Amino acid sequence: MSAEWKDRLTAGAASLVFLAVFLFGWNAFVTAQSGPAADMDPELAALLGPQAKGESALPRPSDVGAEIWGHITNPFYDAGPNDKGIGIQLAYSIARVLTGFGLAALIAIPLGFLIGMSRLAQRALDPYIQLLRPVSPLAWMPLALYTIKDSEISSIFVIFICSIWPMLINTTFGVATVRRDWLNVARTLEVKPLRTAFRVILPAAAPTILTGMRISIGIAWLVIVAAEMLVGGTGIGYFVWNEWNNLSITGVISAIFFIGVVGMVLDLILGQAARLVAYAE
Amino acid sequence: MGALSNVYDPNEILWKGCPCGLHATMYEHQAALSGSGGGRFYAAETTERAARKPEAPAFDALSDLEQPAAKTDKLDWGDQEKVLANLATSAIMKGLFQTDINRRNFLRAVGGTTAAAAIASILPIEKAIANIVEATGPLEKTDLNVGFVPITCATPIIMAAPMGFYEKYGLNVSVIKTAGWAVSRDKSLSGEYDAAHMLTPMPLAITAGAGSAATPWTMPAVENINGQAITLATKHLDKQDPAKWKGFTFGVPFEYSMHNFLLRYYVAEAGLDPDQDIQIRVVPPPEMVANLSAGNLDGYLSPDPFNQRAVYDGVGFIYKLTKEIWPGHPCCAFAASQKFIDETPNTFLALFKSILDATAFSSAAENRSEISAAISPKNYLNQPTTVVEQVLTGRFADGLGNVRNDPDRIDFDPFPYHSFAVWILTQMKRWGYIEGDVDYTGLAEQVYLATDAQAVMADMGLTAPSETYASYEIMGKTFDPMAPEAYVDSFAIKR
Repeated sequence: MSAEWKDRLTAGAASLVFLAVFLFGWNAFVTAQSGPAADMDPELAALLGPQAKGESALPRPSDVGAEIWGHITNPFYDAGPNDKGIGIQLAYSIARVLTGFGLAALIAIPLGFLIGMSRLAQRALDPYIQLLRPVSPLAWMPLALYTIKDSEISSIFVIFICSIWPMLINTTFGVATVRRDWLNVARTLEVKPLRTAFRVILPAAAPTILTGMRISIGIAWLVIVAAEMLVGGTGIGYFVWNEWNNLSITGVISAIFFIGVVGMVLDLILGQAARLVAYAE
Repeated sequence: MGALSNVYDPNEILWKGCPCGLHATMYEHQAALSGSGGGRFYAAETTERAARKPEAPAFDALSDLEQPAAKTDKLDWGDQEKVLANLATSAIMKGLFQTDINRRNFLRAVGGTTAAAAIASILPIEKAIANIVEATGPLEKTDLNVGFVPITCATPIIMAAPMGFYEKYGLNVSVIKTAGWAVSRDKSLSGEYDAAHMLTPMPLAITAGAGSAATPWTMPAVENINGQAITLATKHLDKQDPAKWKGFTFGVPFEYSMHNFLLRYYVAEAGLDPDQDIQIRVVPPPEMVANLSAGNLDGYLSPDPFNQRAVYDGVGFIYKLTKEIWPGHPCCAFAASQKFIDETPNTFLALFKSILDATAFSSAAENRSEISAAISPKNYLNQPTTVVEQVLTGRFADGLGNVRNDPDRIDFDPFPYHSFAVWILTQMKRWGYIEGDVDYTGLAEQVYLATDAQAVMADMGLTAPSETYASYEIMGKTFDPMAPEAYVDSFAIKR
């Protein structure tokens, strides 16, 4: 045990060293970019921004740190329909992702199960799945906006349509590749089909299904940012867009940080769930 | 003449049609009379009218009734409230007397004052008048969503929220920031927005079905005039002449925009074909500055604050303000669907009035600094206040080392001239956005609510122009709104 802990500590220390090197390099880069302040008429200088006066467009790590700390300490303020705290924005995005993802799971898993159990269905539906799967989720956006006529439901629909495919394909694959022996044993014991499905096939396919879900939620989280940037209103994507609108690189970097953190947490949760159903043959 | 006439004057003819009630039309009435040889009514009437002297009717007795119509002999259109009141009285009298001749005989017999008192005693005219003048009635709904794109053109729509103009008219408006015009259009079409900030060509394009499904749209008011600029990247300091722009890539915020049409017009006047010699790309305004600094764009004709922002960030300079191309050109608009107006007319009127009020407030130069501070925060434009203030006050750094003073760099004038629409349509035709026969004035009058704006503005005590068509001079070339097709044909570079 102590050897493993030692490894972990070393890895953690190495991570910290990487971070320190990265931040130091970043700071040095910004310093190198900033020129000396130009000699300027004060009247004119008052009308110009720091960048026009020779400062780098890129913020320093300390600026970004202060910005992130500001968001962490005050995450739930609400200053009108277009200005809400990062906590509220993240909550909107997560709610959208979970709704779209949940709906997709509700449809994809049973459907994948059925397709996986029938060789015919698998072959018949495969071309359609293969055709629709690689479509960029955002390509659905104009169509969704036009037909659904509601931007909130449209963004959920886009999440739904992009997260359904990995789950469907993985479920189908997992169900279709359950070892024949186990099915044959079940048949020998005269287990009823429904019981076979729940007691034999589901546990056997569960790790593959969860892998599909994990891929899906990753994609869903990628897509929601883009969808919200497009549609606006609320959510972390809108937050990024609003900071971009102000050309505030500091704001954009801190938003990237939060997006990364949330994506990591979502992935960790499904990773833990996958461990629960894992089995060794 | 009905609306402006003194209804208590026995010599006035108020109502259309035959005054004696025996004939279907005035024409038949006159023919019958002249045929009968007497010509009594007609002759009497003409002589009466010819000999009429301006007499001040003695209506003192009525002053306590607050009878607006009775106070002056002739009203003018500017006093919308009184005109409405007069129309109300006229309608009531029509109900009482049926024909002009009856009314006139009655008034002659008893005298105007007595008649007015007598009628007032049996009919609550003041009450009827009050109902029509305050035709607003109850608002159908008070919670509204109004979309805007975060640029200074939308100033009246935006600042009406923090500065309380919507509240003043009993509305609770959420102004919602929108990523761009295509989204704004789609959200408006889907009904998520009750009304929205659009570009002046957009309601025309939506109504004509260019770029979206054809839906009847209206533009009750223009937001701003002027206020755009051509910005060039700092590296093009030596190319301050459109003839040197061959091969440039320019950004415009939307296809159906004044930006696109003005840029095309400007380069075409310099002999460049906007589709061949330069490239015009649709870029969302916030991305323009970044694209300019990255070298993806050589310049752009975009809304402020992004021209000023390029100067503020030191990546570009303001080459030309659009007011130098066409002084007083329209840019952005307050737009609403025909459906919104039909279904909730009172709410629409209240919203329209708050926008007109806010626009008038924005127009005053002394309010501009205060407005800049109100609309700069994150909830609205999300820009440094200095940038917004330079745009609105017109005292700005141009990026060439000068501080310029141009108080009318941007101005706010709500009046939606029909001729604006005609000009825009000529350019849409010129560049092939619409094809075939275009009903220029028909479309203009359907979409741009200039006549309604006149009435509402007059009602609010604002001065509206009396004509809805005007002629413009753009870069030395005259535009006559009555000859749009000839105007399109007169250009050397067109599609």
